[in-house]
Amino acid sequence: MNNKIRKLIPQIITLLVVLLIFGFFTYNAQNNMDNRGIDFGFGFLKQESSFDVQFSLIDYDGSHSYARAYLVGLLNTLLVAFIGIVLSTIIGVIVGIARLSPNYLIERSAAYYVEFFRNIPLLLQIFFWYFAALRALPLPEKAEPFFGVFFLTIKGLFVPAFIWNNLDIFIYSIIAAIISILAIKTYAKKLQENQGKQLPVFYISFALLIILPALTFLIGGVTLEFEVPVLKQIAKTAFVFKGGVGLPPELIALTLALALYTATFIAECVRAGIQGISKGQKEAAASIGLNPNQILKLVIMPQALRIIIPPTTNQYLNLTKNSSLAAAIAYPDLVLVFAGTALMQTGRAIEIVSITMLTYLSISLAISLLMNWYNKKIAIKEK
Amino acid sequence: MNKLNFIKPDNQNLYTYLFTGCFLLSLSIIDVFTNAFFSINLTSFLPPTISFILPLLLGFVGLHLIRIEFSGLNKLDLINKNINTNHFNAILTLLIIFVIIKSLPPMLSWFIIDANIAGDTKEACSGTGACWTYIKIWLRRFVYGMYPNAEQWRINLSFISLVALGSVGYFATEKFKKYLTLYYVVIYPLIAFLFIFFFISGGPIFFEFSYGIIAAVISIIIGFFIPNKFKVYYFSFIPILLYIALKYFFFYEESIDLGKLNGFNWVETGAWGGLSLTFIVSFFCLIFCFPVGMFLALGRRSEFPTIRYFSVGFIEFWRGVPLITVLFMSSVMFPMFLPEDFFMDKLVRVIIAISLFEAAYVAEVIRGGLQALPRGQYDAAKSLGMGYWKMHIFVILPQALKLVIPGIANTFLALVKDTPLIFVVGLLEIVGMLNLAKTNPKWLGFAMEGYVFAAIIFWIICYAMSKYSYNLELKYKTER
Repeated sequence: MNNKIRKLIPQIITLLVVLLIFGFFTYNAQNNMDNRGIDFGFGFLKQESSFDVQFSLIDYDGSHSYARAYLVGLLNTLLVAFIGIVLSTIIGVIVGIARLSPNYLIERSAAYYVEFFRNIPLLLQIFFWYFAALRALPLPEKAEPFFGVFFLTIKGLFVPAFIWNNLDIFIYSIIAAIISILAIKTYAKKLQENQGKQLPVFYISFALLIILPALTFLIGGVTLEFEVPVLKQIAKTAFVFKGGVGLPPELIALTLALALYTATFIAECVRAGIQGISKGQKEAAASIGLNPNQILKLVIMPQALRIIIPPTTNQYLNLTKNSSLAAAIAYPDLVLVFAGTALMQTGRAIEIVSITMLTYLSISLAISLLMNWYNKKIAIKEK
Repeated sequence: MNKLNFIKPDNQNLYTYLFTGCFLLSLSIIDVFTNAFFSINLTSFLPPTISFILPLLLGFVGLHLIRIEFSGLNKLDLINKNINTNHFNAILTLLIIFVIIKSLPPMLSWFIIDANIAGDTKEACSGTGACWTYIKIWLRRFVYGMYPNAEQWRINLSFISLVALGSVGYFATEKFKKYLTLYYVVIYPLIAFLFIFFFISGGPIFFEFSYGIIAAVISIIIGFFIPNKFKVYYFSFIPILLYIALKYFFFYEESIDLGKLNGFNWVETGAWGGLSLTFIVSFFCLIFCFPVGMFLALGRRSEFPTIRYFSVGFIEFWRGVPLITVLFMSSVMFPMFLPEDFFMDKLVRVIIAISLFEAAYVAEVIRGGLQALPRGQYDAAKSLGMGYWKMHIFVILPQALKLVIPGIANTFLALVKDTPLIFVVGLLEIVGMLNLAKTNPKWLGFAMEGYVFAAIIFWIICYAMSKYSYNLELKYKTER
C-alpha cells in the first residue's frame, strides 16, 4: 500500500504541473485573443487568399483559398525533399564507397569532401549557392545550351517539357511490368527452393521493364514529344524562355545545398554499414563456394543494408525538415507560403503555426513508424 | 636480355618499364601543369579532342607501365598499392591529380594573387580576385553586430574572462577536482549569465535576479551556523522566504528607482549580433539543453507511466518539427500564451526554443547510452543499497555519458550550425550580418567574399569541436 502511494505521488505531481502549464497558456491565449478581438477557428482556410505564389506545381492564383495555398506549399516542400533525397543518396553512396577505396587519393578526396561540407552550416551553404554561385550564371540571352535543350541561366534552369499522349496507358504498362516482375520473383524463389534451379531474375525483370512500356509506343498509341524552351524577346533588353519547364534558381540552390550537405551524413552511414560487416562473413561465404557477385548480393548487402537503412532514413527526415530553410531564400515552401505570407495576412498565429508544425510532425511520425516496423522486420531474431 | 612485353610489364627489365612509364607520366603532368599555370597548350598542333585527352592517355599508359608487382622497390610498391592497383584506379588517380592542378591557379588567384586588401572603399577592389577590403571594413559588424563601437570592449572583456574562468578545470588541484562538476553545471553558467546580463547588456543592477543572489548569499552565510540536523529544512525554505521578503518588503519602495540604476549603458539585444551573438546563443543553449536532455532521457526510461509518456511525447514532438517552425512559434505564437503585460526578450525566447529543441536530440543520444549499459550495473548498484538518484548519479550516468560522447558532440555541432537560423526572429548573427552588409548600396557585389569568410570561421569552430570531442572520447575510453 505504502509502495503504491509512493509510486503515485511523483506521477500526480508531474500531471499537475503539466496541466497547470497548459491551463496557464490556454487561459492567457484566450485572454489575449479576446483583447484583440480574434476568435480561434479554422474557418479562414476557406477564405480567398489573394496572394500569388511564384512557383507552384498545381493551378493556383490569388482567387484560390488558403487551404489551396497550404497545398501549394506542401507540394513544393515535398518536391524539394524528393529531389534532395534522390540526389543526396546518389552522392552519398558514391562518396561512402569512395571512402573505403584502396586508392589513397580517392579515399582522401572523399574524406575532405565530408569534412568540408558537414562542418559548414546548411543555411550558409544555401545562401552561398543562391546569392553567390548562381548569381554568376549568364543572363537568358547569353545562355549557352547544354546538349541543345537545357539552358542554365540566372533566371533558373530551363528543361524541355514532356508532352504525352495516352499517358495512362504508359503508366498501366509500367504497373503491369512491376506486377509481373514480382510474380516472376516469387516463382523463381519457389523454383530454387524446390529444384535448386536459378533463374536470371535480374535480366528478365530488366527486359520486362523496358519491353512492356516500349510496346505501348508501338501499338498502344502512346506518343511523347519534347517542347524545347525557346528564347523570346518581350522588351528591348528583356528576354524570357517560353515553353519547356523552368526550375527557379531558388529550387536549384536549395536542392544543391541540401543534397551536398545531407550526402556527407549518408556517406558516413554507408561507410559505417559496410565496415560493420566482419571479414569472417566474406570468408565464410567464399568457403561455401559463392562467387564474388553472390557474396556481395546475398551476404554483404543484406547485412550492410540492415545497418545503413535506419540512420539513412533519419537523414532523409532531416533533409525534409531542413527543406524549411527555403524560407530564407524565398522559395515558396510550406513555411514561407503558409507560416509566412498567410500568417501575415490573417494574423492567426496559433492556428497556422500549429498546422505547419503538425504537418511536419505527421510526416516525421509516419516515417518513424514505418522505420520501426521495418527494423522489427529485419532485426536478427536471437534467442 | 628478355623481350620487352609492354602489355604485361614484369620484374625483368624493371628499369626500362619504370623509366618509360615515369617519362610518359611526367609528360602528361607537365602538359596539364603548363596549361593550367601558364595557359600554354603544348599539344596545340593536334586536333582539339585528342589534345584534350592526350594527358589522360599518356598518364594511363605510364601508370600501366609502372604497375609491376613485387618489383623489390619499396617506394614503387607503395605507390602501386595505394594509387595504382588497376586500370580503373589509375584513371581515377589521374583525374584527381589533373583536377587539383587545374583548380589551383584560379583558386590561388582569387584568394591571394588578384585579391585586394588595401584601402577602405569599394574602389580599392579593382582586381578580379576577392575583395578582402570588404571583410576588413565590415569586420567589426561581423563580429559585434550593431553593438556600439565604443562599448565593444565590454564584449571582449566578458569573453576573455569567461574563457579564463572556463579553463579553471585544467588547473584545479586534486583537492578541488570533486567540485568541478558542481562548478561547471551550476556556478559557471550563473557567472556567465551575470557577465552577459550586467556587462554586455548593461542591465539594471537591482534586477529581480539580484534579490535572489542577495538572498542566496545571506542564507548560505547564516547556513554555516545552523546545526547539520536542520540544514535540509533550512535550505529548502529560508532562501525563498528571504527572497520574497527582500523583494516585497525591504526594497519594494526603492525598486522603482533602483531599477533604473544601470552599471553600464543599456544595449538592447536587437543590437547584438555577429560572431559574438553566435557564441552567446550557442553557449547558453549548450548549457541548458544538456541537463534538460538528461532528465528527459531518464524520464523516458522511468517506471512511472505518466512521466514516461510525457517524456516520449515531448521528445518526439521536438524531434518531429523543423527548428525554423519552432523559432516561428517562439516569435509569433509564444507571446500569445503569456500574460499581456509580461515581456520576454526575444533573445531569451530564442535561447529557450533552441535549448528545448536540442534537448530532445540530446535525450535520444543519452538514452542510447543508458540502454547500452548492461543490466548488471543497475543490479549491482541496487544491491549496494543505492536509491534511484544515487545509482544514476554515481554509477549509471558517468558510464552512459562516457559511451555517448561522440553522439553528444554531434548534437552540439548541429546546435552551433543551427544558430544562423535565429534570423527568423530578427536577430542577426554572423550570417545575418553578412546578408545585411551584402545589401549595403556602397558595397554591392561582394556576397562571395562574405560567405567564404563565414564558412571558414564556422568550419574552424566545428572542426575544432569535433577534434576535441574525439580527444575526449579517447581520454575517457575504458575497456569493456
